[in-house]
Amino acid sequence: MTDMNPDTSQKGADISRRDFLRSGAAVATTTLAPGVTLIAFGGSAAEAKADAGKRWGLLIDANKCASDCSACVSACSTENGWKGNGNAETDVQWIRKITLNNTETGREVTMPMMCQHCEDPPCVDVCPTGASFKREDGIVLVDKHTCIGCRYCMMACPFKARSFVHEPVNNQKSHAPRGQGTVESCTLCVHRVDKGGVPACVEACEATGHGAIIFGDLKDPQSDIAKRLVEYQSVALRPDLDLNPGVRYSGL
Amino acid sequence: MARLLLVFALLIGGMSGGSGALAQERSSLLPDIPKATGAPHPEGNEYWRKNHMSLMSHDRDLTMRDGDREIGASLKSCFDCHAATDSAGTIVTYESEQHFCRTCHDYVAVKVDCFMCHRSTPDGVDEGAPHAAILPPPALRDEDGTSIIAYLRQVGQDNTNQGTPGND
Repeated sequence: MTDMNPDTSQKGADISRRDFLRSGAAVATTTLAPGVTLIAFGGSAAEAKADAGKRWGLLIDANKCASDCSACVSACSTENGWKGNGNAETDVQWIRKITLNNTETGREVTMPMMCQHCEDPPCVDVCPTGASFKREDGIVLVDKHTCIGCRYCMMACPFKARSFVHEPVNNQKSHAPRGQGTVESCTLCVHRVDKGGVPACVEACEATGHGAIIFGDLKDPQSDIAKRLVEYQSVALRPDLDLNPGVRYSGL
Repeated sequence: MARLLLVFALLIGGMSGGSGALAQERSSLLPDIPKATGAPHPEGNEYWRKNHMSLMSHDRDLTMRDGDREIGASLKSCFDCHAATDSAGTIVTYESEQHFCRTCHDYVAVKVDCFMCHRSTPDGVDEGAPHAAILPPPALRDEDGTSIIAYLRQVGQDNTNQGTPGND
């Protein structure tokens, strides 16, 4: 991979020095008594990439979403290395295209559907091991090291956003480890976001010229997404549940 | 350290004696750890042998929970230097006994499950054989119970032929 830090000399850096550097510039050390040291770390929150001052979200304009296009789905699959095994009932699905049909008017719109990255995620509430969690910046993830594959989160999710991996997996992407017996869902391409990038689906939608998905920081009033949300009507799916999802839709 | 010196002495002895027998014997006693490329760990190999799991699990939590991607101890960066190759020079997967992690872990009879989710080769190197299955491969599985039924029939047949009731 080319997107990792290529500086191999840094890799084996002295452990204490590494921890020291990570904790930020401001470190005050006070020796209280022989053998007892108080270390005050400063700026560690600013050093971490998941910033509590941000809330990442998507705005999906269903009017711009073409019914015959699934570029976002295939881009996600390629980026994160998931694919079906030809069994629609058990195949994993981080993102899918759905069609809404208004039987009264006959209007039909399609839109991508994925983890809505709720502010109060039901999947996190029900997880018995703490594997399902929300990052400081609002991205909801599964810690597969502690996931026991019980699938409570799948039942709790009102959006059917999560999948269970039934088959053994190999040749995973190194930035998206995934394996049999764990639950997974859209990560909002957290590996890209942490490096200042945008999710693969957003990039792919942009490349097709539809530009139906906008990614950005909902907390930053100057961001493109926040400005659009101010200007145009949009909805959260299942507003009755009061989950405050990070993914918003317009033109439904 | 004393043991290492002893092994070294044996190795030298074996070579000077003109017979490879002792050197051969050494590889059957201790794991043959594949040579790494790149700069050595400044903390020393002993430190990493002892603490690699703590370092990796510490750093993985920082990466996953806090999004810190400038982390040194990760499986991905291990393979920068520790991608072991077979005799043909091909990078091996966890399927192979020559895989860097397996050389020691097989020796101490510890099965790691990292590679059920993580790839066991550097990015871009195809992991040919699936090594991540919890269940044995379908060929060895007895999904519809046919083999147990066949076995019981066979036992029944044998008992009938011998004319003895199946007490066993």
